[in-house]
Parts: sequence; C-alpha cells; structure tokens
Amino acid sequence: MSALDVTLWVIAPYVALTVFILGHAWRYRYDKFGWTTRSSQLYESRLLRIGSPLFHFGVLAVALGHVGGLVIPKTWTEAVGVSEHAYHLAAVVLGTVAGVCTVAGLAILIYRRRTVGPVFTATTRNDKLMYALLALTIMLGLAATVMANIVGGGYDYRTTISPWFRSVFYLQTEGQLMATAPILFKLHVLSAMVLFAVWPFTRLVHLLTAPVGYLTRPYVVYRSRDDRAGSRPPRRGWEPAGRT
Amino acid sequence: MTRVMAQLAMVMNLDKCIGCHTCSVTCKQAWTNRTGTEYVWFNNVETRPGQGYPRTYEDQDKWKGGWELNRRGRLRLKAGGRLRKLLTIFANPLLPSIGDYYEPWTYDYDRLFSAPVTGDTPVARPRSLITGEPMKITWSANWDDDLAGAPELAPADPVLRKVSDQVKLEFERAFMFYLPRICEHCLNPSCVASCPSGAMYKRSEDGIVLVDQDRCRGWRMCVTGCPYKKVYFNHRTGKAEKCTFCYPRAEVGIPTVCSETCVGRLRYIGLILYDADRVADAASTPDEKALFEAQKSVMLDPRDPEVIAEARASGIPEDWLEAARNSPVYKLIFDYGVALPLHPEYRTMPMVWYIPPLSPVVDVLRDTGHDGERAGNLFGAIDALRIPIGYLAELFSAGDPEPVRAALRRLAAMRSYMRGINLAGERDESIPASVGLGGDQVEEMYRLLAVAPYDERYVIPKAHAEQGARLEELATGCSLDYEGGPAMGGPFGEASGPPAPVAVENFHEQKERQATGDLGRADELRGRVNLLNWDGKGIPDGLFPKRKDKS
Repeated sequence: MSALDVTLWVIAPYVALTVFILGHAWRYRYDKFGWTTRSSQLYESRLLRIGSPLFHFGVLAVALGHVGGLVIPKTWTEAVGVSEHAYHLAAVVLGTVAGVCTVAGLAILIYRRRTVGPVFTATTRNDKLMYALLALTIMLGLAATVMANIVGGGYDYRTTISPWFRSVFYLQTEGQLMATAPILFKLHVLSAMVLFAVWPFTRLVHLLTAPVGYLTRPYVVYRSRDDRAGSRPPRRGWEPAGRT
Repeated sequence: MTRVMAQLAMVMNLDKCIGCHTCSVTCKQAWTNRTGTEYVWFNNVETRPGQGYPRTYEDQDKWKGGWELNRRGRLRLKAGGRLRKLLTIFANPLLPSIGDYYEPWTYDYDRLFSAPVTGDTPVARPRSLITGEPMKITWSANWDDDLAGAPELAPADPVLRKVSDQVKLEFERAFMFYLPRICEHCLNPSCVASCPSGAMYKRSEDGIVLVDQDRCRGWRMCVTGCPYKKVYFNHRTGKAEKCTFCYPRAEVGIPTVCSETCVGRLRYIGLILYDADRVADAASTPDEKALFEAQKSVMLDPRDPEVIAEARASGIPEDWLEAARNSPVYKLIFDYGVALPLHPEYRTMPMVWYIPPLSPVVDVLRDTGHDGERAGNLFGAIDALRIPIGYLAELFSAGDPEPVRAALRRLAAMRSYMRGINLAGERDESIPASVGLGGDQVEEMYRLLAVAPYDERYVIPKAHAEQGARLEELATGCSLDYEGGPAMGGPFGEASGPPAPVAVENFHEQKERQATGDLGRADELRGRVNLLNWDGKGIPDGLFPKRKDKS
C-alpha cells in the first residue's frame, strides 16, 4: 500500500467519522436554535410536493441498500441461500429504481432552488456546498453502479469494499481492499467521506432528529415552567428552594 | 381524585370592538416585527362576514385542522394519525402557502429622495419582502376590512356558506362585526398533538401553549394541526412561532400587550381551574352541539370547597386559587352566561371566549324605526332575526342557536334594565327575571362589562416568588459563567448559538455606562431611525450608537 492509499483508506475514514460525531455533538450543544430543516415549502409547494418525497424516500431506500450491501457480510446472505446472482439482480434492480427516484427528486429540488426566486434567495453558501457534495456523491454512486453492472461485466464490491467498510469499525482497517476497487467506487467513497465530514455543519443535521419518537409519545405534551426557566440550568447547590 | 390544573383564559366582548387594529399593531411591534415573520400576526382582527386570515382558514374540509372522531368514537387528528404525519413530512400537503396569507412588502422609500428632477412626483413603489422584486399588492391580512370588496369576497366566508341556505346575503341589510383573534391556548391543543418533535407544549402552571425554539425542527405539522391557523412558520429561521399569551408579562401579573392596549377595553383575562383528566372525554362528545356544554363541565367552580381542596392537593398555590375566585372570565362564562367559545366543533377546547355582539340586532331594529333598547323589541328581534343568530351560532356554538340566543337575551336584558335605572330611575325586575338573573347580578355584569377598572378586568396571579431566582438570572452565581461566554452570535451567523442571558446584556451595558469617560455619547444616540420603514434587513445607520474606538 502506498502512502496515498494509507491516507485515503485508513486515515481519512477516521477523520471523517470523528468530525461527523464530534461535529454533531458540538452543534447540538451550541446551536440548537439552528438545528432545523429550514423548509422552504411556504415559498413554493407545487414542485416540492413532487421532488421532496421522491428524493427523500429514494435516498432512504438507497441508505437501506447500503446497509444491506456494506454491513451484512456475503457469507451471511449465502448461508440463508441467496446466491451471488440473485443478490446481484435484486441489488441492481432495487438500487436502480431507488437511485433513479433519488436523482430525479434531487434534480427537481435543485431546479426549484435555482429558478424559484424566494427559494434561491433563501439559499446560503453553506447550502450550495452541501447540494454540490450531495449531488456529486449520489451521481458518483449511480455512475459506479451503472458502469460496473450494466456497461461492464459486474463488480462484486462485497468482496472488497464491504469488508473494508466493516474493518473500519473493527479498528483493523484493511486499506489494501479499497486500493484495488475501480476508480468510480473510490471516488464515490471519497466524496461520501467529505460529505459526512461537512454533514454536522449543514442543514443535513435534521436527519439525526428524525421524529420517530412521535409514534409512541402521548399527543399532548405538558411541561412545567420550572423545567426550563432561565437560559441555563442551575448550578449544583443553587437549585431554588420552594415548591417540591 | 381529580387532577386540577390552572389555565389563563381570555374573554373578548365583541360589542365593544371598533375594529381599530390597535391590538394587532402593538402585538406585531412587540413580537413579530422581524424578518421572517413579516406575515405573522399573532393577533389579528377580522371583519365578519369575511374570509379571515389566512383566507378561508375555517374551511376544515380543505385545511383539516383540529380533531375529529374516528369510527370508534375516539379523538383523531383530522389531518391524519401519527404514521400519516410522518409519511407526509417531506412535503406537507395541507400547509397554506404564502399566497393564502399574503406576500409581505415594503416600499422603495429611497426613490422619494434619489429620483431625478422630473415633472412628476416620484412614487415609492412596493417591493416584495419575499423576492425583493417590485410587486403589485393584491391581498393582505385585512384586505376585506369593513366588508371591502364584500360582494365578491364575503360569499367565500366558510361560516357564511354554512348558513347560506337560510339566508341570502342582502347588502341593503348588511350586518357586520369585528372578530379579534389570538391563539386559543386550547385545553386539548391539536397543534401540540401534531408536532412530531415534541417541541410544542402546554405549560402545566398556566396552560399557555408555547413552542420550544431549541427543539422545533421545522416539520410544519403544527400549522396544519391548528384549526385557527394561529401557529406560523418563520421562513427565515425555519421554526414555528405563535402567540405566547405574553407570558413574560403574565408571569409578573400584567396583561398581554393586546389587552393592555385595547382601545375599547373589551378584553378580560382571568384564571380557570379545570379537570385535566376529563378533557379528552369531553372533547370526544359525539354531538358537536353538545361540545360547548361539555367544555363547561370540565371547568371547575373555584368557590367550591371540594375543588379548592383538590386544587391544593394538585399543588396550585393559594394566591392562584384566590385569583381563580376573582376571575372575570369565570364570571362571564358561568355567573352571567354570556361568553361562548370560538368554534367548539374543532374539539380543541379553546380558551379564548367571546361575548357575541348584540349590535347587529340593535342596528337592524333602529333602522326599521323601532326602539332598539326596549326589552320587548330586543327579545322579539333576537328570536326573529335569523341572519345574525345563525351566523353567530356557526361561530360560537357549532350551529346551535340556543346558547347564542341565551347570551344575546341576557345582554339585551342588561341594556333595558340599566336604561330603566339611568333614565327613569325604576328597576323593572321582570326584565332580569325573564333571562334567569337577579337585578343585582345584572348590575354586577353591567359593571364588569362597562366600567370595570384595570384590576377587575385583568386578574392575573404572578409567577411564584420562590422561582424568582431562576427567572432573574443575575441573582445566583456569576452572570458571565455560562456556556460559550459572552458572544455576539453563534458560528452560523446572527441568532445562532445559545442565547445570551439578559443578565449578561445588562451587565455589559451598565459596565460601559459606568466606565465610559466620554460625554459625547448622548449626541450619537440622536441619529434617528424610523423603524416602521426598516425592512429588517441589515443595520441602518443610527440604529445603534457608534462603536467607540479602542484608542
């Protein structure tokens, strides 16, 4: 492995992960007020109502696909009787549908953002960088899949990229596995690492607070004034006396 | 064992509203004169009949606000259950667009000064605050004020459409009145129930419904959930904002800005005790017309010794119980029976109630040549005039004319009875008796409605002294000792990052005033800015005193 390979496939993932985790923790601590989807639906909803669900459901399916492809080892799927061919067929078909939805949704959303005056005015530089990185990562991923499977003869990333991905989390990183992958896959992984590193500093943070708790909580929330009076918690020993 | 909770509630006497919009303007100056909230009116005044703000918000077939009963007779959000909410979270199909409110604008005032000399007077053209482009103004928060454009606009009033089979809109006999609206601070708030993040909550001490700005993620479901459309989306910050019942004022025992500045003195604020455990049951009453009585049954009599004992057990302080006993709101709802809730059929148990206006009836009587103040005439007219009664019933009692009729008859009885006393010096006790009140009760009601001073109209108990140390941050510990330290803004620009405690701002201001050796600062403050012309963007010269050089 060259020094470059070590930097890209052994050091960079940890840098990206660290920034991702610490970035979220830092932002949650210091910028709760800025933690929002910053929805622009009030300005325009006709295009949004097509583009946004298309993109979001598409990208959720893509994310699920990544879990299936990267996290679940090949040996496990084979143990339950899924052959490489069957897996591949399912992955390519479902992946292409989800990918096309995502790209179409993203295209509508970017078109809307650029052409609808109020939406464009409300777009920050931070948003533009985020959009560029997100689009780049998604396009590279789709291109890699298309080149490898439809144009080329197929590429089994489950013998190289997936073990490398898992090895990052075992803290036994096998960078040489990545070094042999096709260039489009490499670029996809690299841009994804950059995306994850800037993630906590963009509006993408809304993903981390996806409101799944809504399904189980009681409808009406009561909260006491005592909980939050003042903009900071009382220090130890300074809790007010009185009503208990 | 009942769980007694206290609720700050308001009653508005519609007979006294002159539609001057002072409440709306002072509220806006206090709370929503910021970029992103240009179109936000926590308080607005609507002319009835009219479409309201936002346009036709009462049409729940379209907007799906509030609650409904499912097939098993249980409460369900009209816009759909939890799963449906999460599935439509990426693009809320029931969110009003800015066009349903109005596109806010400013004027190109600079043009008045910078235009070259020509034969024509320069004009300040309107410019959109959303796009920044020149625009044509076609709608606003009270475009149909005083029935403006009513022949075209009023037929779209959702309330009028419900009664239109009874009545044609005859403009020779047009009636109108004003309806000031704030957040209802409901007992069963559907906005709170709609919030996926759990950022909206009802304060357990005083029932005020608030949005936690640190937890709101901008999912926009509260806007849909509220049938009164009184939760707004700040398009700059991406967070929901709503009427706060001026809680910083209420906590120190003074009324809301809208009440304080009301020219007609038509607002009353007081405490209501209610049984929190029975709210959901009452809101699930199958018959919509019975919801008004159901809501009254949830409210408890603050003079009943049993209620007092249970309230004490639930932790309500003594001075709050005292305030509940003196509550003008309780008196208007129960003792005099003249206040009604706005749209009880939404099943949210609203807590801003209204005394229906008698004036449309009196006006019609007077116009037809009758004595509009005589009890017999008034009672007859109330029963005969279906236009105002039908319309008011759709607003205040889910279409049931009886509660409206009863309230109006009591108001009419008060008018005649007091006129007898003032003009003829005689007390005709048959008038109050015919509406089920005693003469002394009617006089008390007259006093409360007509001449009551400030502290009888607003009976607001203070937030508790033992919490004072927390409310006033300076008192415990060093005021600079908070996370992040003194900072002018967070890493994501203006308004990001944790809020600076008020105590810190005061500290710096005082320190500067004490330490400065410069007497010239008074002059700097004289640079004047007309805040009404400021569109909220940037910092105009003279808004703040010039920063001193370090040298």
